Amino acid sequence: MNADARYALRLGDDALVAAQRLIQWCARAPELEEDVALANIAADLLGQARALLALAGEEEGAGRDEDDLAYLREESEFGNALLVELDNGDFAVSTAKALFFSVYQNLLYRALSAVAHPVLAGIAAKAAKETAYHVEHAALWAVRLGDGTDESHRRMQAAVDEVWPYTHELFAPDEVTRAAAFAVDPAGLRPDWARRVEAVLVEATLRRPEDGWAPSGGRAGAHTEAFGYLVGEMQVLHRAHPGVRW
Amino acid sequence: MRYRGFEAPEPPGSAELLDEVRAAEAGARAGDRAPLEPRGRSEEELLARFEEVVDADEKIEPRDWMPADYRRALVRQMSQHAHSEVVGMQPEGNWLTRAPSLARKSILLAKVQDEAGHGLYLYSAVETLGVDRESLFRALHEGRQKYLSFINYPTPTWADVGALAWLTDGAAIVNQVPLCRSSYGPYARAMVRVCKEESFHHRQGFDALWALTRGSAAQRRMAQEAVDRWWGPALAMFGPPHAQSTHSERSMRWRIKRHTNDELRQRFVDVCVPQAEALGVTLPDPALRWNAERGHHDFTPPDFEELRRVVAGDGPCNRQRVAHRRRAHEDGAWVREAAAAYAAKHREEARW
Amino acid sequence: MVSEESQERSQWPLWEVFVRAKRGLGHLHAGSLHAADARMALLHARDLYTRRGEGVSIWVVPSAAVVASSPDERDPFFDPAADKAYRHPGFFELPEGVRHL
Repeated sequence: MNADARYALRLGDDALVAAQRLIQWCARAPELEEDVALANIAADLLGQARALLALAGEEEGAGRDEDDLAYLREESEFGNALLVELDNGDFAVSTAKALFFSVYQNLLYRALSAVAHPVLAGIAAKAAKETAYHVEHAALWAVRLGDGTDESHRRMQAAVDEVWPYTHELFAPDEVTRAAAFAVDPAGLRPDWARRVEAVLVEATLRRPEDGWAPSGGRAGAHTEAFGYLVGEMQVLHRAHPGVRW
Repeated sequence: MRYRGFEAPEPPGSAELLDEVRAAEAGARAGDRAPLEPRGRSEEELLARFEEVVDADEKIEPRDWMPADYRRALVRQMSQHAHSEVVGMQPEGNWLTRAPSLARKSILLAKVQDEAGHGLYLYSAVETLGVDRESLFRALHEGRQKYLSFINYPTPTWADVGALAWLTDGAAIVNQVPLCRSSYGPYARAMVRVCKEESFHHRQGFDALWALTRGSAAQRRMAQEAVDRWWGPALAMFGPPHAQSTHSERSMRWRIKRHTNDELRQRFVDVCVPQAEALGVTLPDPALRWNAERGHHDFTPPDFEELRRVVAGDGPCNRQRVAHRRRAHEDGAWVREAAAAYAAKHREEARW
Repeated sequence: MVSEESQERSQWPLWEVFVRAKRGLGHLHAGSLHAADARMALLHARDLYTRRGEGVSIWVVPSAAVVASSPDERDPFFDPAADKAYRHPGFFELPEGVRHL
């Protein structure tokens, strides 16, 4: 697969895996209004995934469509960052994941909406608006959990500490981001990301973790154990009936 | 929201139902008549005027005087409806992570999200009668309030999601469209909103089954077996026969309910038969046939003994469904507390 | 089991939602929702009552802040068909132990 296709694919994988995790909150959210909000966000992410996967299939030029890519690749062929595949944990962990990821996506899509590739730019422009809302939602919750009760503060700090190491991978350039014609250099997004995220953490009375351990490998297809279950579940029915339409 | 569009044609009969919804919305009369202010009036006077308003097909609004039984019946019916939407997210949500195409995943996600929204619209309508939502949740968790019986059945295959949507949303529409003309204003308005969205859900189920019945032998078998499983629960959804139904008479007098269970069930069967033909599935009832004299289809009534058992809590999934709801609510307590605590801390700073 | 106390602490107040779907029309009452504060109420109202349509104006008002007139008043500017969210004063609990309510 060429670099342009791989780049679109990893963006799509980020959105797809993030959506799949969010979907697991369905009928389990802390309040009904949150069930609606989270489903809405998941629907946005799924829409982004479909558009990006379709684009990747076209760039590849081998006749693979969004479903071929979502359902027939092995785990090692997925290029999503590890952050999005982490288990949902409690609402604090999910909020931390959502905050870190949505700020990253929003910055990325804003940059991408200016590239000279009309389809990609179009996808990015719509996604930039959607993710602005995702950021607002995650930030509101991060602040309320951080500055809520003693219990919520404890859980939110633990969540931030647990998820923080996985954020570094979002900003690491590699041969795909260097080779793809319309890629945005992820390292360039980090300063703005850090500023926005840190502002939220301060308002939430949370401590910004130290940078240290920086797990990675998702971009190159080396995923966590949890990912195997996620992909297995997602693909099982489709794979059980090869070549049919749904 | 992107999906490839429905491939199946519109299910026969749906356009008529939607027309009724629009007619109900347009016909909601801006009336001059209203229930009397209670001050200085006798119970008889108040009741007489109340019934005049209802008989004229005009609306009762939240702060109007109303008989205690009317209010009680409304609370029961609207709560059950709201609970059904929310608990109903579970059998379908069961296939969200495993939906076999991204298009189907998107559509199903939209449907489940809508159901949460419908639950909220309906709880909102109940709250206009002064009942707190928290107490309704408690009633649900403790088994004092119910939800539609079909939700207590499992969805073991993907085809069940389609069959459930086709049949039970179809049944729901038949049940709910008349409620757009309910005498209680907030209920009627909530129902108009719900019905407009519900027709999409029904269509989604029909479309999902359509793809299966035009697919491989395994898919066709999956579809037929699911229809075999869901026909009974869908028929039973309309409740016991009118003669045995404890609440029906008064609910109909007061236009909380506009047709008997039997009328609705008959209508549902008549609507389903051509749809089943279009789909290419067989409805599992050897006695099902058109009766020219009656102008309706004859059919075998559902197993009311089974319905009674399921309503009493002994269906395949009752305990699981309620436990799931209760757990979600309990697990979320610390989150809700956090938001409340934050709001309390910052109240002085905010305008509100 | 959620304790009584914890339930009280975690209750979110009720808000009424008014939506102006298009410029040129007025805000119409759309329904209600529960939220802990105004910003969350706005966020949820967007999701629930507008499906995040753009260019839509939303007002959220704590239900407790709504002052209602008596329904018997005859006021030429008062449209009796407009949705009134006005509450019965004071919520009451669904009576425990009452079946089929």
